[in-house]
Amino acid sequence: MQVKSMHFKATSSAKLNDAVLQTALKRAKGKFVDGRAAAVAEIDAWEDIRTHAAALRDRVIANLDAYLIEFEQNAVARGAVVHWAETAEQANAIIVKIAQDNAVKIATKSKSMVSEEIALNDAMEAVGIEVVETDLGEYILQLAHEPPSHIVAPAVHKSKEEVADLFVAAHGRPRLTDIPAMTREAREVLRSKFLGADMGISGANFVIAETGTTLTVTNEGNADLVTTVPRIHCVVTGIEKVIPTLEDFATLIRLLPRSATGQSAANYLTLTTGVKAPDELDGPEQMHVVLIDAGRTKLVGSDMKEMLRCIRCGACMNHCPVYQNVGGHAYGWVYPGPMGSVLTPTYVGIENAGDLPNAATFCGECEVVCPVKIPLPDLMRKWRERQFDQALRPFGERFSISVWNAFATRPALYAASTRIAARVASWWGGKERRITWLPGLDGWTDGRDMPAPAGKTFRELYSARQKLAARHKP
Amino acid sequence: MSARENILARIRAQSGRTGATATAAELAAVRRHIAQQMRGPLPSIASDPPLARFIGECERLKSTVDEVAHINDVPQALARYLKQNSLEVPVVGWPSLSVLDWSGAGIDYQNRLANADDLVGVTDCFCAIGETGTLLLLSSPVTPKLHALLPETHVCIVSRSRIVATMEDAFALLRNERGQLPRSTFLVSGPSRTADIEQTIVIGAHGPYRVHVILTP
Repeated sequence: MQVKSMHFKATSSAKLNDAVLQTALKRAKGKFVDGRAAAVAEIDAWEDIRTHAAALRDRVIANLDAYLIEFEQNAVARGAVVHWAETAEQANAIIVKIAQDNAVKIATKSKSMVSEEIALNDAMEAVGIEVVETDLGEYILQLAHEPPSHIVAPAVHKSKEEVADLFVAAHGRPRLTDIPAMTREAREVLRSKFLGADMGISGANFVIAETGTTLTVTNEGNADLVTTVPRIHCVVTGIEKVIPTLEDFATLIRLLPRSATGQSAANYLTLTTGVKAPDELDGPEQMHVVLIDAGRTKLVGSDMKEMLRCIRCGACMNHCPVYQNVGGHAYGWVYPGPMGSVLTPTYVGIENAGDLPNAATFCGECEVVCPVKIPLPDLMRKWRERQFDQALRPFGERFSISVWNAFATRPALYAASTRIAARVASWWGGKERRITWLPGLDGWTDGRDMPAPAGKTFRELYSARQKLAARHKP
Repeated sequence: MSARENILARIRAQSGRTGATATAAELAAVRRHIAQQMRGPLPSIASDPPLARFIGECERLKSTVDEVAHINDVPQALARYLKQNSLEVPVVGWPSLSVLDWSGAGIDYQNRLANADDLVGVTDCFCAIGETGTLLLLSSPVTPKLHALLPETHVCIVSRSRIVATMEDAFALLRNERGQLPRSTFLVSGPSRTADIEQTIVIGAHGPYRVHVILTP
């Protein structure tokens, strides 16, 4: 997918003034945040399960090569073909070749963020293969020619009126605005695609080393049709998705739907292992698994390796005050919110996504709700440090931080200068005791006033109080 | 160098390990860990009586539940359900269930693969999970998956003796009785749904609109 993360500031300003988006974001926030809280409250062992899940993900990441080999061996033993791709281009070439070797005309897809990363649909369409997104949200976005704005609810930014217009244009049926009726219309239109497809493309929420299994977690039933009806099933997934055992899946699935949508269980968990037997009535004759690196190995063993634990639930963005206000498109690539602010610079380069790790208030909510305890604020802070070290932030910002550093690392100088600053700021506040303008900081003071400080620093007040206390000692 | 070798070598280099590929000892350690099949911590709800919890969770997921005293009573129970829901149509069912006396209950039971026009699909299941009200279906030549997916109504026969407490218990049963996973291991928790338009939950997306469970001894 084309990277637009360098335009974060301009795009987010526009998104703040987009009335349809703001309505959608407010609606989604309530449902996701309250839904998760209620679902998590049912699980008294929540913290223990999170700790166990984080540890099991870490175990795999620390031995990733061996777990991938074990998965590959067990998948191949069941008749799957395992492919490896270092880059998006390699992955697309592999999948296009599978399709062309098998004379595929229509491919149905269930939702896959990795396929968004590599822009698989464009690669398939370029060689004349019809690709049909079947997740309702992704289908809406395919009609709108837009990227997803959320990793779990891709069309969260669209109003039903916008969807109704898209359906009229694509289906040529009378305009409906009743949501259940619109959903039925999409079901009817997509049925023939499901049944007519030669190839089904799915992502994988996890792949299981023990059994050579790939699996999807869905609610609509589309992934189940995509992986059952066509004669070829192709799985596109990242190398970090491997987990050791079925027991580990049972642990992670207690966390995933609750964190994502506030559901106690996702409707459909589909574990696919190999190809159909000759006497089976349904199921694919070929199964291909494409394991994609595309930047992931850069995180292995690094000071940001915890990011590879991510199970793509979306809780961090649902609870992020920045995401809640600007939505997913402002982030300019596949992954929005805090997890995207760590992943996007890794995968597309910090020089293309420099604002993302800075678009955080560091309120810490993302880390609190993360089901696998990824220290997201810490990881964003690491990106900020690297940007400073590599002189990637604007001169003014770097200069200010250097000046601050010069004072903050010299206690006597710091104390003296803050004493002066506190007095100047107090005088600056005038009779109104409010600071309404600061030289060079109009961007801050245009929208808000600051109460004038009392005129003494914290240290002065503290030492005065200590002296007073000493005098009153018996 | 192939992409596979490059990726594996990069992982090793990044992890501070020498050599281009995992050693026999490293692979053996991974297999030993997998063989432990270690379970994670369980919430208290996992100790609820499985049958009662299963029924409660089914209702929460908008599945409906009926109970019969004997497996031979299933066709009559299905006939009642179809009548109540104005679904007096042919049903498509798993070959494995064709031994029941469907015609005796006035049901046209068609033993074939489901297609897009079928309104009612009938299956049973390998086992069910109390914690989440989940049905676990395994694919085989006599238990194809599409019966539970294409028709608008999925009727599933569940034996009370096959309701386990947790997903961990279900996988243990599967390993004990079958040895390995079949091509498709399908866990169904209620009728299909979506909330992709304005986060409004709609029951009935691409899969069934209704899941009806008939409990047998």
